[in-house]
Amino acid sequence: MNLRVGIDIGSTTVKVVVLDENDTLLFRSYERHFSKTRERAAETLRSIRDMLSGKDVHMVITGSAGLGVSKASGIDFVQEVYATAAAVNTFVPGTDAVIELGGEDAKIIFFGGALEERMNGSCAGGTGAFIDQMASLLDVTVGELNELSLRHEKIYPIASRCGVFAKSDIQPILNQGGRKEDIAASIFQAVVDQTVAGLTQGRELKGKIVFLGGPLHFLVGLRERFVETLRLDEEHAIFPADGDCFAAMGAALCSTDYAPRPFEEYLKLLEESVDATGALDVMPPLFTDEGDYNAFLARHNANRPPQADLATYTGDAWLGIDAGSTTTKMALIDPQGGLLYSYYHSNQGNPVAIVLEQLRAIYGQCGGRVAIKGAAVTGYGEELIKNAFNCDLGLVETMAHYKAAAHFNPNVDFIIDIGGQDMKCFKIRNGAVDSIMLNEACSSGCGSFIETFAKALGYDIAAFSKLGLYSPRPVNLGSRCTVFMNSSVKQAQKDGASVEDISAGLSISIVKNAVYKVIRAANADDLGQNIVVQGGTFLNDAVLRAFEQELGRNVVRPTIAGLMGAFGAALAARDLHLERSDLLSEEALQSFSHSAKPATCNLCTNHCSLTVNQFDGGRRFISGNRCSRPLGKEKQQLPDLGSYKYQKLRAMEGKGSGTGVRGRLGIPFGLNMYENLPFWYEFFTRLNFEVVLSPESSRKLYLKGQHTIPSDTVCYPAKLLHGHVEALVEQGVDAIWYPCMSYNYDEGIGDNHYNCPVVAYYPELLAANVPLLKETRFLFPYVGLWRHRDFEKRISAIMEEEFSIPKKETVAAARAAFDAYDAYKKDLWAKGQEYIAYAREHDLPILVQAGRPYHIDPEINHGINDLITGQGFVLITEDAVSHLEGYEARKVLNQWTFQSRMYNAARYVCSQPDMQLVQLVSFGCGTDAITADEVRSILEEGGKLYTQLKIDDINNLGAVKIRIRSLMAAMDARKGV
Amino acid sequence: MAELVYDKTGRLLFTKEMKEEYTLLIPQMLPDHFAMLVSIIRGEGYKVEMLENTGRPVIDAGQKYVHNDACYPAILVIGQLINAVQSGKYDPHKVALVITQTGGGCRASNYIHLLRKALEKAGLSFVPVISVNLSGLESNPGFKLGLGLLRKVVYAIIYGDLIMNVANQVRPYEVTRGDTDAAVQRCMDFLLHDMDNGKGMTFKSMEANFDRITAEFKAIPVTGEEKVRVGIVGEIYVKYAPLGNNDLANFLLSEGAEPVIPGLMDFIIFKVNNREVDVGLYGGKWIKEKFCRWLQNYLMKYQHALIGALKRAGFRAPGDFNELHSYIKGYLGDGNKMGEGWLLTAEMLELIHTGVPNIVCTQPFGCLPNHIVGKGMIRKIKDDYPWSNVVAIDYDPGATRINQENRIKLMLANARALAREQHSHEEEGDPDALPLS
Repeated sequence: MNLRVGIDIGSTTVKVVVLDENDTLLFRSYERHFSKTRERAAETLRSIRDMLSGKDVHMVITGSAGLGVSKASGIDFVQEVYATAAAVNTFVPGTDAVIELGGEDAKIIFFGGALEERMNGSCAGGTGAFIDQMASLLDVTVGELNELSLRHEKIYPIASRCGVFAKSDIQPILNQGGRKEDIAASIFQAVVDQTVAGLTQGRELKGKIVFLGGPLHFLVGLRERFVETLRLDEEHAIFPADGDCFAAMGAALCSTDYAPRPFEEYLKLLEESVDATGALDVMPPLFTDEGDYNAFLARHNANRPPQADLATYTGDAWLGIDAGSTTTKMALIDPQGGLLYSYYHSNQGNPVAIVLEQLRAIYGQCGGRVAIKGAAVTGYGEELIKNAFNCDLGLVETMAHYKAAAHFNPNVDFIIDIGGQDMKCFKIRNGAVDSIMLNEACSSGCGSFIETFAKALGYDIAAFSKLGLYSPRPVNLGSRCTVFMNSSVKQAQKDGASVEDISAGLSISIVKNAVYKVIRAANADDLGQNIVVQGGTFLNDAVLRAFEQELGRNVVRPTIAGLMGAFGAALAARDLHLERSDLLSEEALQSFSHSAKPATCNLCTNHCSLTVNQFDGGRRFISGNRCSRPLGKEKQQLPDLGSYKYQKLRAMEGKGSGTGVRGRLGIPFGLNMYENLPFWYEFFTRLNFEVVLSPESSRKLYLKGQHTIPSDTVCYPAKLLHGHVEALVEQGVDAIWYPCMSYNYDEGIGDNHYNCPVVAYYPELLAANVPLLKETRFLFPYVGLWRHRDFEKRISAIMEEEFSIPKKETVAAARAAFDAYDAYKKDLWAKGQEYIAYAREHDLPILVQAGRPYHIDPEINHGINDLITGQGFVLITEDAVSHLEGYEARKVLNQWTFQSRMYNAARYVCSQPDMQLVQLVSFGCGTDAITADEVRSILEEGGKLYTQLKIDDINNLGAVKIRIRSLMAAMDARKGV
Repeated sequence: MAELVYDKTGRLLFTKEMKEEYTLLIPQMLPDHFAMLVSIIRGEGYKVEMLENTGRPVIDAGQKYVHNDACYPAILVIGQLINAVQSGKYDPHKVALVITQTGGGCRASNYIHLLRKALEKAGLSFVPVISVNLSGLESNPGFKLGLGLLRKVVYAIIYGDLIMNVANQVRPYEVTRGDTDAAVQRCMDFLLHDMDNGKGMTFKSMEANFDRITAEFKAIPVTGEEKVRVGIVGEIYVKYAPLGNNDLANFLLSEGAEPVIPGLMDFIIFKVNNREVDVGLYGGKWIKEKFCRWLQNYLMKYQHALIGALKRAGFRAPGDFNELHSYIKGYLGDGNKMGEGWLLTAEMLELIHTGVPNIVCTQPFGCLPNHIVGKGMIRKIKDDYPWSNVVAIDYDPGATRINQENRIKLMLANARALAREQHSHEEEGDPDALPLS
């Protein structure tokens, strides 16, 4: 038998193996290809010429990037999952499932019965590339990340959907002083959760499981997370010695399906093939020549702060610190705003150490000539730094940036700041911040992305972006999230784009992301006349140029674009006009010490992940909390209608006015049950059922049902239902009631009264995907509640058939239920009025939290309500005011009941001077793509601010806090006018 | 020049004067079906064109003017329309845009509003938009869907379904490349010519035309080799439109598979059936129920004619709507009607029952109904039919073709292994040899 060669060309590596007739591995290699796939493979083959030269061999290519090479060279191709399955069947017989992680792919292959394979979909990037990204975020190598993870003490919940999400989870933990060891393990846990959640799709992972692919081969810490999560013992968790090369080995095994050829012929095919190129989608160049570029530079470099020199300066100074997500910026200014000292550096995951070092340096250079009269801090790490160094003022980023921008252009009407991790833009109207737009977690194609990309291609960020300046044909990479961009870049490379074209293309993509995804502008006038750009990413000339080109308008980029947050903070400190600053003195810094420890608060069901920071002299700072209780203070509770409703609904359990003799009827506490429960509770207790609610939502409950979720892009509120129904089955109820409802109540405020498709039909999905439901009577008939008489008829028939209940009894129960629902609504409305009156009496601002009824679930809103009331608002929900407005035609088809309420609530808010509205949007909610724009336009036409809080399974309250605080600051500013 | 007239809600109307001066632009979904529709509408005295613009500029225009979290079909359809208006090919003051509206609980009913918002953003708010729907939403004095016109539309759909069906059965096997496309062209030519002359639109002449069409395709020399059959189901736009699914049918062809694409008529009947079901579930006027039932039977008569013609000519024929409907028992209720609703699941099941266990389930990224009726049902289908081989593919502006193709290739590798296994069973004379049907 001829020798068999398998070549696996993945997204980042090339694996080559040679098998002999006994399936013995004669050769194996595992090498990074840096996008030079064909060359890398050919080079490896040349290195084993001695073994194969002059022989006939079988050879097959596999791998996600192997297809192009196969096409170009004419060497046969086998799909990589198929190849992997072949290898597993041969080398580890009796396997039940394979989990394979690659550079960009995650796969599970189920054996036993028909072979079943799952690959990550287009929204599931977190794999090898994700781990690489996270390592560079922590500024460690992947190997070090692995080492760190082995010493973890706790696991933080980190989004397991895509890398961008995870980043925004990790950053606040880092900035608040979380331990790298814990974060490292949490990153691996996120990969595990994603694989299990995203790929099993209802099929249980059990039996003998083989783990394959580079990351699982090299990262013991990752293996540990998998084994622990899946509760596997040694016999059932197999990590083959050559697990990183299994696809290549499988390809070699499959190669006998194809005729052998002389080795030299194969090598020649590979060496001489021209890479197939698709039609590259290209755009106009950024700069045509050097003169063009120089003129551009000269224009922008004119925007600089006055010259100042710390070495010679004597007098007062003010310090601003911007503890950003990936970088720490500091500015020391004189009274005119002259920059005495500045600092801009990656915070390397430890902003406290950086600020400490810089403060010492500043004090050293001040030499007693300079008196720091005030210090202010802004950014993600604001609270930590403020507490660590006793800064005089903490201010929300948006305000800091506005202050800085106005310094350069007092007429500024639009500010856009693209930092390493986040993007902020806002308008300035009447001297106040207005219309704040932050990037949603899924589109943060920000600076750190280019940086990671530059690194992956072997460049530093400055050199990489310079490359793109004169690219004659920047490649069009689209404007979606970074995970997608990874693949777009690979495709472009295959189609022959140079590094220059890609560099320029990435810069343009970032701009398009900002303009079309975050700002959603159609033209430059949507933004403003006087645009100031800031943030480190705009120091990249390619990005700046792309921005101007995209808008067709010149903008102002101060030379200190990267420092604007710190500069603005310094200006704010100056404007405090303090006699003396509380900032730690040079002497105090001598004895400065800092340590951080994770902890979990157990004072309420939120179970906040706290970080306890200890400083010298017994000073302490606790972060991660939502309310003030872990700080030892009593929780200050302003009226919160969300909590009121929640408690009222949770109490609808038990036998009520009935006897409960008909049995225990389970109702899952989720989705539209948050609206319909008062109805069903009355209905079933009247019919003498005991109503059993599923437990309160929690992450644990979610994880319980996670393995049966078929679509990983559906919204979190829906995903939670899987855990709810499983819990009900375990509670041993006699039946579960969860009807399908295409239609909702008709409240007369919309063009129709649908539920969204997910709310309407989720019961059917549960029936088809949750095996445990077979152990109970799961009742999910179609019903509608808006035509009372027709409903009575239909429900009578159902009750008769299912429980032999006489029609008369059912009809009476239904009528009582309609009354009970009415009473519930009226109570809610009255309570809303009571809270509004309370607010007015105490001169407190009122915030309408507009979302779906189920957004009051603390596991869904992650305690945002506490955060809102903690900021001094009285909170009421959209359904407490929506009935105060009637029907009005909208610019969209107003056809969903819950959504119609938001439009009405927004209209009502516009008529109340002391009210603002925030819209809660669940990630993946399709209907809110429509409602968000409409609610925004209602509010803006009514002179209100639009604030959207996007929520997912992960609680990233940092971003929420920025929005709420910006809202408050903007309200204050408006008041001042 | 026609005056711009608005109704009392401020909606720009398509007036009778506009009918004389304006050209109606129709986005593309199914090239052959829509070509005939255009021809019919032209016959009613409108100036009308089906748009052929495609590629990146369409997607760019869509992303520029439509909320990027809206579904991909909205981005494409609206992108295609706006890109066309801005192309310079037409006088923007002399065009009106046509878009369908289903009126269901899915986001798709909002396309028209997203289109208007997009036009406003693009500074084109003077361009009237015409809604084509059966729910009585938005009427226009200059555009009426009379019963006569509707009857003709039915012909366009059924002819289109037949041509698509037979072409897909022949194209993979043709000896001379291009034969099938030439036959499609010939059929389209004579049908369009007939329609322009008001012919071919009686039941009788339709049946004769059916046989003429099947004969055209039957005459094409084929190789007789065996190929893996792959069904395409999904959200209606990405299922059919090459622009939406990266030309999926041709990709499958190039991979040596035979694409099997269920027709459009089932979707139309499905939407009629929904109304009838609603009355049963929630109450309502009996007359509505009666009318819907009558309409359903009327449409099914055409469907039966199509099935008969296929069988007569020796082609594989799909089941009728009732048969399709029967498959969803135990999967979904009749009331599941938003988007493609239970129809999508039923189509997968029908494919599996008719020897096509390999299926690409296409959906726009984050498609709401497909969470339930697409991805949500695959698990159960797999439990009930262990040999079924369904791959769900998401489409959106950022998804790269290479990822999609890789996943489809995996499904194809599986399909071939399955076919091999089946053959070996058959050769052994195993009585359980056909796990599929």
